[in-house]
Amino acid sequence: MKIMVNGEKHEVEATSLAAILVELGHGGAKVATAVNEDFVPATLRETTEIKDGDRVEIVAPRQGG
Amino acid sequence: MPTFYGKEINSRLMLGTAQYPSPAILADAFRRSGAGIATVSVRREAGSDKAGQAFWDLIKELDVALLPNTAGCHSVREAVTTAHMARELFDTPWIKLEVIGHADTLQPDVFGLVEAARILSEDGFQVFPYCTEDLVLCDKLQNAGCQVLMPWGAPIGTGLGLNNVYGLRSLRAHFPDLPLVVDAGLGVPSQAAQAIELGYDAVLLNTAVAKAGDPVAMAEGFAKAVEAGALAYQADAMEPRDMAAPSTPVLGKAFLE
Repeated sequence: MKIMVNGEKHEVEATSLAAILVELGHGGAKVATAVNEDFVPATLRETTEIKDGDRVEIVAPRQGG
Repeated sequence: MPTFYGKEINSRLMLGTAQYPSPAILADAFRRSGAGIATVSVRREAGSDKAGQAFWDLIKELDVALLPNTAGCHSVREAVTTAHMARELFDTPWIKLEVIGHADTLQPDVFGLVEAARILSEDGFQVFPYCTEDLVLCDKLQNAGCQVLMPWGAPIGTGLGLNNVYGLRSLRAHFPDLPLVVDAGLGVPSQAAQAIELGYDAVLLNTAVAKAGDPVAMAEGFAKAVEAGALAYQADAMEPRDMAAPSTPVLGKAFLE
């Protein structure tokens, strides 16, 4: 299915947020997630199903002021 | 020393972590400054670069309290979602809440700020709002659950110092017991000293150190400035006066005409 990841189009096979993270190379990485602008905690990634057209945000710690 | 949400910090200097020439200079600047709090952020991660992990490893070594921000957020929803992601990533209830209302001045959207502060406070966050020095706004932020306020000195990144000393002084008088931090706009250490001389508990800055020719030396300069400011505030400075007054006694002066 086609989804948006961090503002870019992606074609993914997996359907759960957890599996999509692995598919996109974030397995085990220190990241936080949101789906359609709502926060999804790490504990709910396995049970969060992603649908065609959903918008997924994947963020990591970064420099800030 | 300042206490924020029950946690005492052994420095009046809070430093941002962005824009340094290198990670090594960032680490050296923190060591020389003795800053007790580092501001950090969350940003989109590309699958391949793992930059987030490298930065995480670096800031863990700094051994300072982390204050994640919602920098760049222009709506309440965006700020709230970013705060949740930051809480999970950095494992802290602290959040420097930014809801930006104007692209050129980076002035806070004060209406969105109060709304986001209330939502986050009710959800267990300990909110550090980046705000203006407006008394009415600050009252509303306190009522929304904020136990610290962070008015700007000047727009972010300008280095203009304290644009409204009167307003900042009024705020200190209005909230004698609330921790207050000047956040943003400082360019040189004397401006940090001025903020602490006004009775502010701490200053938060980033660009002035990171973009200095020698960030490590500038970090130490700011550290010394906040110490000087704190001594001056504790020492109860004299009142300025319009007329000159001789400091050397007139009594006993020789008559030599």
